[in-house]
Amino acid sequence: MERIPILKMGPFLLVTIQVDLYDRLALTLENDLINMVSKTEAKGVLIDISAVSIVDSFMGRILGNIASMSKIMDAATVVVGMQPAVAITLVELGLTLSGVHTALDVEQGMELLRGKIGQLDTDEEGLYDSFI
Amino acid sequence: MIVLSKEKLPIQKEQDVVLFRNRIKELATKIGMSLVNQTKLITAASELVRNMLRYGGGGITHLEIISKSSIPGVRLVFIDEGPGIKDVTLAMKDGYSTGKSLGLGLPGAKRLVNEFDIKSEPGKGTTVTIIRWKNGL
Repeated sequence: MERIPILKMGPFLLVTIQVDLYDRLALTLENDLINMVSKTEAKGVLIDISAVSIVDSFMGRILGNIASMSKIMDAATVVVGMQPAVAITLVELGLTLSGVHTALDVEQGMELLRGKIGQLDTDEEGLYDSFI
Repeated sequence: MIVLSKEKLPIQKEQDVVLFRNRIKELATKIGMSLVNQTKLITAASELVRNMLRYGGGGITHLEIISKSSIPGVRLVFIDEGPGIKDVTLAMKDGYSTGKSLGLGLPGAKRLVNEFDIKSEPGKGTTVTIIRWKNGL
């Protein structure tokens, strides 16, 4: 069965969707991601959709689901790289993706996630300082 | 209104949807439709084809390039022989769904195209026709 790969990078999970999504593929991703969040105790999920040319109501709902499920599991979700045409279409369709954090690109998305777990970062730095 | 090209594509399983979307993209590109308009058309088609698979048990789609007063457009027809829709007016309302979806499919699709027509007869099936003109706002 076709699957979208999920990469682990430090406390975050990265997903880059490079293919056109169909419903079952999107559902599989939702399932895999939530399992990975639980298994790896990830603090953030970054989903790059810059290569996705169509997001319809079903896929929009999946993105929303991933964000709410991750939140319950104490992880933040950020969706990055949405094409302008996709954004225009989503709003006209009636889907505003409220509850999903977005950023323009992967870099800014990572920044946002780091900010969300900022508390953790400073704690670690403090720990490091005391070692020195 | 003249029909410049016409083809049929059966939709029986989810993977057919990807092929269908790609074919619409090719047609829309051929008539020089802008990316935003293409995206709107394909998204509307994606909603309708899902309905056809989920509620109508699959069906057949017609993809046409048409022209009216020398303005080209893409017309898509979705025909299924499923159970039909009891109350079309209700089904066209935002947020109404008999399934577990958001209920944005039909009304959303209508907002994304220039012309939208739905005919449904309980027990016989549903036919939806949409048109997006090349320069349609």
